Order: sequence, then C-alpha cells, then structure tokens
Amino acid sequence: MPDFLILMKSELLITLIIFTLLLFKLGKGLANEKILSLVQVLLLINVFVSAIGNTRGSIFGSLFVNSPLIGFQKTTLSLGVYLISLSFSGWFRKHAHLTEFFVLILSSLLGMYFLLSSGNLLMLYLSLELSTLPLTALANFELEKKKSSEAAMKLILSSAFSSGVLLFGISLFYGATGSLQFDIVGTSDVITGFPILALVFIFSAFAFKLSVVPFHLWTADVYEGSPLPVTAFLSVISKGTMAFVLLTLLFKVFSRYEAVWHWLLVAFSLATMIIGNLFAIRQHNIKRFLAFSSIAQVGFILVAMVGVPVTATTAVTYFILVYLFSNLAAFVVAGVLYDHAGIEDIKRLKGLRQSNPFLAWMLALALFSLAGIPPAAGFFGKIFLIGTGAYSGHVWFILIAALNMVVSLYYYLQIVKLMFMEDADHAMPELKTARSDRFTLIVCTAGILLGGVFSWIYDYIQRISI
Amino acid sequence: MPELILILLIPIMPFAAFLLLGLANGNFIKRWAGAIGTGAILVSAGAALLTAYDYFFVYGGSGGAYRKILVTEYEWLQFTPEISIKMGLLLDPVAVMMMVVISFISLMVHSYSICYLKGEQRFNIYFSYLGLFTFSMLALVMSSNIFQMYIFWELVGVSSFLLIGFYYQKPSAVAAAKKAFIITRFADLGLLIGILILAFEAKSLDFEAIIGQFGHGKSASVSTSSAWLGISTISWAMLLVFIGGAGKSAMFPLHVWLPDAMEGPTPVSALIHAATMVVAGVFLVARLFPVYYFSAPEILNLIAYVGVFSALIAAIIACTQTDIKRVLAYSTMSQIGFMMFSLGVSGFGEEGLGFTASQFHLFTHAFFKALLFLCAGLVIHEVHSNEVSKMGGLRKSMPLTHISFLIACLAIAGIPPFAGFFSKEEILLAAWERNKPVYWIALFTSALTAFYMFRLYFLIFRNSNKHLHQPEHREGSAGQMVPLFVLAAGSVVLGLIPFGRFVSSDGRPLATELHLVFSIAPVLLAILGVSTAAWLYNAPGNRPQEVSQRLGNLYKAAYHKFYIDEVWLFLTKKVIMNGIGKPAAWFDKNVVNALVNFSGNSTIGLASKIKKLQSGKVQLYGMVYLFTVIASVLIIIFFINRN
Repeated sequence: MPDFLILMKSELLITLIIFTLLLFKLGKGLANEKILSLVQVLLLINVFVSAIGNTRGSIFGSLFVNSPLIGFQKTTLSLGVYLISLSFSGWFRKHAHLTEFFVLILSSLLGMYFLLSSGNLLMLYLSLELSTLPLTALANFELEKKKSSEAAMKLILSSAFSSGVLLFGISLFYGATGSLQFDIVGTSDVITGFPILALVFIFSAFAFKLSVVPFHLWTADVYEGSPLPVTAFLSVISKGTMAFVLLTLLFKVFSRYEAVWHWLLVAFSLATMIIGNLFAIRQHNIKRFLAFSSIAQVGFILVAMVGVPVTATTAVTYFILVYLFSNLAAFVVAGVLYDHAGIEDIKRLKGLRQSNPFLAWMLALALFSLAGIPPAAGFFGKIFLIGTGAYSGHVWFILIAALNMVVSLYYYLQIVKLMFMEDADHAMPELKTARSDRFTLIVCTAGILLGGVFSWIYDYIQRISI
Repeated sequence: MPELILILLIPIMPFAAFLLLGLANGNFIKRWAGAIGTGAILVSAGAALLTAYDYFFVYGGSGGAYRKILVTEYEWLQFTPEISIKMGLLLDPVAVMMMVVISFISLMVHSYSICYLKGEQRFNIYFSYLGLFTFSMLALVMSSNIFQMYIFWELVGVSSFLLIGFYYQKPSAVAAAKKAFIITRFADLGLLIGILILAFEAKSLDFEAIIGQFGHGKSASVSTSSAWLGISTISWAMLLVFIGGAGKSAMFPLHVWLPDAMEGPTPVSALIHAATMVVAGVFLVARLFPVYYFSAPEILNLIAYVGVFSALIAAIIACTQTDIKRVLAYSTMSQIGFMMFSLGVSGFGEEGLGFTASQFHLFTHAFFKALLFLCAGLVIHEVHSNEVSKMGGLRKSMPLTHISFLIACLAIAGIPPFAGFFSKEEILLAAWERNKPVYWIALFTSALTAFYMFRLYFLIFRNSNKHLHQPEHREGSAGQMVPLFVLAAGSVVLGLIPFGRFVSSDGRPLATELHLVFSIAPVLLAILGVSTAAWLYNAPGNRPQEVSQRLGNLYKAAYHKFYIDEVWLFLTKKVIMNGIGKPAAWFDKNVVNALVNFSGNSTIGLASKIKKLQSGKVQLYGMVYLFTVIASVLIIIFFINRN
C-alpha cells in the first residue's frame, strides 16, 4: 500500500464520507433518520480507522506528518464527533438540512485532522481556515433565529481578524528564515524583536481559537447563539484540536523561544483561569455557563504547558480525552433539557432529580468530573495538569491555579445543589431521552468513571508522547 | 497440611449468610432467615471443629510443639518494596481454640434466636448482623497481620453497635449502642497508634515478624534503645495496644459501656458481650504475649493489676445490682479481669501457667456465661422484666432452665467438678506462684463471685415467698432448650480437657496438675459465698435490707457502680464539651465560616464588576485583541532586552 494511504487514512475516510453524503444530497435525498444512522455508522468506522495502525512518517515533503500521538489525538476527536452524531437526536431529526450540517461539520473535522498533521506553516494556515470556515456556517444553522446569525457573524469577523494576524506572523517568519517548514522556522538563534513579534502573532491566533482571555470575547456570544451540537463541537472538538496544536507549536516548533512564550503562558493562564471563573459564577444561561467554565478549563490546560514537554503533552492529551467525556455529557443533558422542555435557564434545573433522576445523575457526574472531584476522571486530569505545571517551580502560580479550582468547585456544585437539594418551583414532566442520547451519556459516564481508574490510558499516552 | 478450602469456609459461610440475608428482601428469605443463618454457621462450626482436630492431632505439631502455620497470604497493599500490607490466615493453638469457641457459641445462639426473635419485624436483618459479627470475629482471630486484625477489630465493633441498637425504637438502646461504639472507638485509637508505632519499630505488620523481632530474650536491648518518660518505645506501643484491648474487653475504667450494652437482644449479649467479642482484648494480649513478656514487662505487670482491680470492682458492683442482665454483665467483666491478670502474671515457656490458665478460663467461661445469658433470656421472656424483684420461685415452672442455670452458677463459682473450677484453680495457682498480692485479691473476688451468682440464683429460682403473682411460666421451645443442654453439658465436662497440652505460651505442651491441697481454700471460700447467699436470699424476712443498711455507704457506692459513669459524664460533658468542643465550634463559626463567606462574597462582587467588558460589540473584541497582542510584544521585548 502506498504510504499516503496509511498515513492519511483518517483524512481520506472523512473525505470519502463527505462525498458520500454529497452524492445522496444530489439525488432525492434521504430521510433524516436514515442520514443520521448512515453518518453514525460511518463515523464509528472512522473512530476505529483513526485508532489503529498509526505509524510515524511524513509525506509531500514534510507538509503532512503523522505519528502515534497524532493518531491518538485524531482518535479522540473522531470519538467526540461520533458521540455528537449520536446525541442531540431531537435537534437532528427536526432539522431540514441535516446532510449539509454533517458535510460542514465533517469538513471542519477534516481541517482539524490536517491541522494536527501539519508540518509546515502554510499547511497550518490552510487547515486552520478549513476548520474555521465551515464552523461559521454551522453557527448560523439555527436558521430561523436571529441570535444564531449574530453568532455566525461575530465568529467570522473575529476569525478573519485572527487569521489576518496569524498570516502576518507566518509571513514574518518566512521573511526571517526563508522557510515555512516546522523544522527550520524555529531554529533561528537570535531572539530579537522580529521573531518575538511573529511568535506572539501566531500564538494569539491559537489563543483566540482556544478562548484564552482576553481573546475570548467572542466565545460567549457564539456559544449562546449557535445550535447546541455546534456549541458542543466548538467547546470540545475545536478546543481539543487547538490545545493539541499549541502543544506541537510550543514544544516542537518554537521550543527554542521558550524564554519568549514561558511568561506569556503564565500570564495568559492566570488571566484565563481567573476571568473564566469569575464570569462563570455570574451566568444563568446553561450554554453561556458552559462556555465560561470551558474558558476556565483552558486556563488549567495552559498551566500544564508551562511544564516540561513530554509530561505536558501527556497531561494535556489525557485531560482533553477526559474533558471530552465530561463536557459532552453536560452538553447532551443540556440538549435534552432544551429540546424537550425548552430549558436554558440554570434556575429551572431545580429539583431535577425528582422528575428526571437519570439526567440529573448524569449531569451531576459530568459536573463532578469538570470540577475535579475524585473518583471522576476529571480529578486525575486536573491533578496531572497542575502537577505538570508545578515543574516550572512557580509556587505562587500553582497556588493560584489550585485556588481557582476551589472557585470552580463552587459554581459546578451550585448546579448539583439545585438539582438535588432543592424542590422544583413547577412540576416538571419526565423527559423522554432518546436511546442514542442515553447511549452517549452512558459512554461518557463510563469514560468519566473508568478514565481515572485505568492508569494504563495515561501510561499509553506517555509512551507515545516521547 | 491444612486444607485451605476447609479453613476458608469457616469465616466465609457467616459472611455469605450476612450478604444473603442483608441484601435479599424476599418473603422466602424473611421467613427462613433463621434457618439459613443457622445452617451457614453450622457448616462453619463443623469446619472449625474439623480444622481444630486436624491442627491438634494431624499436622499442627512438630518437634513436640505446635507451630504457627501461615495457611495463605497475599500482598494487599504495596507501598514501597519494604513496606506492604499483607492479608493472610494464621493458625496457632490460640487462634484454633478461639475459632472453635466463636463458631460453636455462635451456632448455639443462632439456634436459640430463631424462637427468641420469632415475629420480629427485622428478623432477617438480625440474622444478617449475627452473620457479620461471626465473620468479623472469626477473621479477627485468624488474621496473620496486625493491620488486617485491626480492620476486623473495627468490623466487630460495628456489628456490636448494630446489634446493641437492634431495638432502635428504644431510646435507651440507641444510647447504649452509641456509648459502646464511642468508648470502644476511643480505645481503638490507642490500638491504632500502638500498631503504627509497632510497625514503625518492627518494619513490618506481620505478627510473626513483630514477635520474631521483639518476642525473645535477646530483644530487650533493642527496645530500650529509645525511650520516652523512662519507658521504651515498644512499651509505649504495647501500652497503647493494651488500651485498645481494654476498651473491647471492658477493663476498668473503660468498662462503662458493657452494662449498658445489655439493651441488645439477650442472645446477642450471650454471644458478643459474654463469650466472644469482649474476650478480644484477652486474645490480643495473648497474641502478642511474647512481645509483652520480653520487651514490655512493666506493661504486663500493669495488665495484671488492671485485670485484678477490674475483677474485684466488678464483683463488688455485681453484688448490688438488681437487673439480671446487668449482674451478668458485671460478672463477665469480673471474669475477663481474671483472664487478664492471669496473662499479666504469667511467665513464658515452662513458667507459662498463667497464659494457659487464661486461655483455659476464656474457653470454659464462654460456655457457662453463654449458658447463663441464654437462661436469663428465657426467664426474661417469661417474666417480661429484667428486674430480679419481679422473679422468684421459677424453679417449679421452669425446671430445665433451673437446672441449666444452676450448673452454670456452680461452674462460675468454681465448685468442683464443674468446668470453671479447673480453669479458675489454674489461674489462682499461677497468681500464687508469681504474684502474691494479686492472688489474695483474686481469692477474695472468687468468693464474691460465688456469692453474687448464687444471690441471683436464689432470687430467681427459689425464694418463693416473695414473688408477686403466678404467671404461666413455661419452658422454652426445643430450639432454645437444646443449646441450653449442650452448653450445660459443656460446663460440666470441659474442665477435664488437659488444656495445657494444647495451648501454651510457646506452643510446647505444658504439664498442669491439680493440687488438691491448694484447692481447699478457694473451694471453701466459694462454698462460704454460696451459703451466705443462701442465708441472705433464701430465707424469709428482710435480711438483705438489714445487711445493706449496715454496710451503709459502701453499699450505696457499689449500687451506684462507684460513680464511674458519673466521672465519665463529667469528663465528657463538662471538660471536653466546654474545654474543647465549644471553642472549636466558636472557631469554626466565627473564623472559618467568616473567611469562607468573605472570599465568596468578594469573588461575586468582582465578577459583577468585570461583566461590563463583555459588551457584545465585535469592534471592541477586535480592539482588545490587537491591544493585547501589541502589549504582550512590547512587554516581552522590554524584559528580554533588560536581561
């Protein structure tokens, strides 16, 4: 088999799925249920294809690289997208343009795959655009809602802005080193104003995608306006990809400039944790709440990146996997609540345990994991993140991070308290959860509970991170 | 070699019964809970007897001594290559003897309870608790590791708590359960600290390793290397371990929970608070006896005095109590005191008569004390009261119970040829040989024992002039009478076992012989006690009142249990509550809470201040973006150029 068939297997498969869907669209089109089950099956296959046979190698003159670690990261993303396709079934079934939805979301996923496999700054830029542009369209997919259009508008304007800055940074590097290859651009020994400017520009573009404070301002508006599956995709898949890419950029490409980005990371991490937490406390809308709490989580991810490369890569990759399960579970519950009861206000979760014990327990577990309470996997994820950050030796920095964990405990548990310890103002009917949604929740819960227990997961990631 | 399956069966059967009866809730289970529990314990008791036979007669002995056999062991928690906690099963003569006693008495109690608790709402729960207790106690004595033993030690405490509070609708039962649990937990803290020190010193938690290190003549120099307050570290550890044992075994001054624990169902008192759990402390000291003897002799001496003092004080209190079960409880405490001081005065090896005597007394006492409680249960069942003043003349209506009770009384009083005579005689002999003051106190106490037991006997079964009405007294059912007869038979013949052949401090058979001349004094005193009781309580008139008035304050003090409860209440309610509890509560309320509230409020306040930044205008977002990028670049350049 040619090299590229193996190295690019996920990309090829996703492209194939996109074209299959387009072909169906060209004909009479299928009923939503059929498209959904077709996509689900194909995405499940994709998860397995991403998971197996990941070897180290590069093609097209190092434009495209792959490695076991990248394979694992892609598998995480594939799993996330598969779970998204399983859940939110209420919204999917009703939507008139389901095929387009999946074509767009898979295009974005394809862009993320390429992003992870880039070996060249130009490739990085192109795949970033490929992942972003479909997302702006997706943000608008609540077609009859003004808020959704507003979200799409804000996303595309802000993204265009950050892309411009990124391109500027890349061109500066090209000017300085005459190359766009990852293994060449970072080798300049002189640290002057020139590469610093370029580096900060590039960093800011990814910080923007990761919603690092103060580049986060778009996040809440976009999350709130977009349809829930898109919000989930943005907050889980997109965030995960950007964190992975940032790992590569900082530790592989620009590792020589550590003096530059070390304090940048510390400062942004602190700002992100604190502001994200403070905003999250004030939110009453579930989607906005999840948006801000995920901003705070990004702050913790940045804490780990201050540490040593291998441990940081392991900790972040592990955390993203755990975060995927936890956050997705929270989004799925939010989706069920919104679809069936129109609930967007957190206060209406009061007494959820009495009317919907299953949903309440699932959400509670997800929140426990997000807050980092043992034995949920989120606890171990956070421990590894903070522990890695502790290698940097900044005691006060780790202390503030730990204090922020306490603050986040407050608002996560606030919701658990509402659901479990208070009585509902109005009696709520028992909501019917679709079987596939329930399956996602159970998979996520299993991930939350077992992810922390099975230490070999972490060990495996560590082995492939070296 | 030992058969693992057979030995595993002993603790596992009651545990299985516990799980089945505790978790299943069907009608079938509820109706047959008693039979299931009894069946399980029957298998367990059979296995225990077989194992005991095999151990003592087939594989246990080698080279003229009984070995400690590690049946199985696996690593449970490994902390570092050196420190790990293992789990295992250890057989030695004491453990095997305890195994037989526990499973056998438990079997009797199970069978007895089927009728005793018939119609009870939580019938199956009762039997599941019994199963849990039996399992924990069996596992406790079979533990190969002191930490493992501690786990079961606590489990025993929990199941005792559950069973004392079985009638949880009764406030007094709940209070008694809490009291027992808190006091024993408090004592267990000592045990835990002792275990930790011991483990630190011995670098191991295994009994064999600890004994191997500190339990021989050469180890004395090791242990005196570090000392605190003139007492070596090992001695401190062993003192703390003994405190744990004293809590469970109701030694003065930690005994106050035992009389209250009689709020539990009477069969439970027979099993837990007479025959098995309360001797756990004796077992613990016996298990670590070589360490006590060689490395902490001063603590062993202390044990002797604590034991004999507890025996005496409990016997005096028992003479004045009017609640049948409380009398029995104090008598239990007194008898455990005998076992304790017997260990305390014992030597090692050839001079280890005290050790053997203590275990022998533990063995025989289990039978006749369980018998006493089971008889008391029947009496209470028929009279519907615990007060002896409501009883009297039951001899005619309950002849079989009467005979059994009489046998038990004779046994505990030490009248030959009943079982108690032999074991008590050995204890007294051991004390005579090694510690004269202890011997004299013990001799007096044993006379008191005869007195208060027969006081009880005469008040309940004779003394017909006094009793108030003539209820229709009946004997118990067959399921209750059979255990009575079995235990009565045991109380008669078990004294003839050549106990020293099997159980001794170093595993080698110990020759014990009966000194007829030596026995004259104790037996005469016992008979004197019995006659005094007869003179006082088996006669018309008001003699007891006259005597008690003549004794005056001594009687009053004994009747009020020497005000030890009040001392404890003062200590806990006044001293600890006011001195520690209230300041801690104040600190929590005014300092910790205030800090938490302050941090919460200030965070929320800050959050509302910065909310304005999130305006929803994209232009502003872009401005902030650009500003941040430029500011970061400038700051970094500034810092890098400065360095």
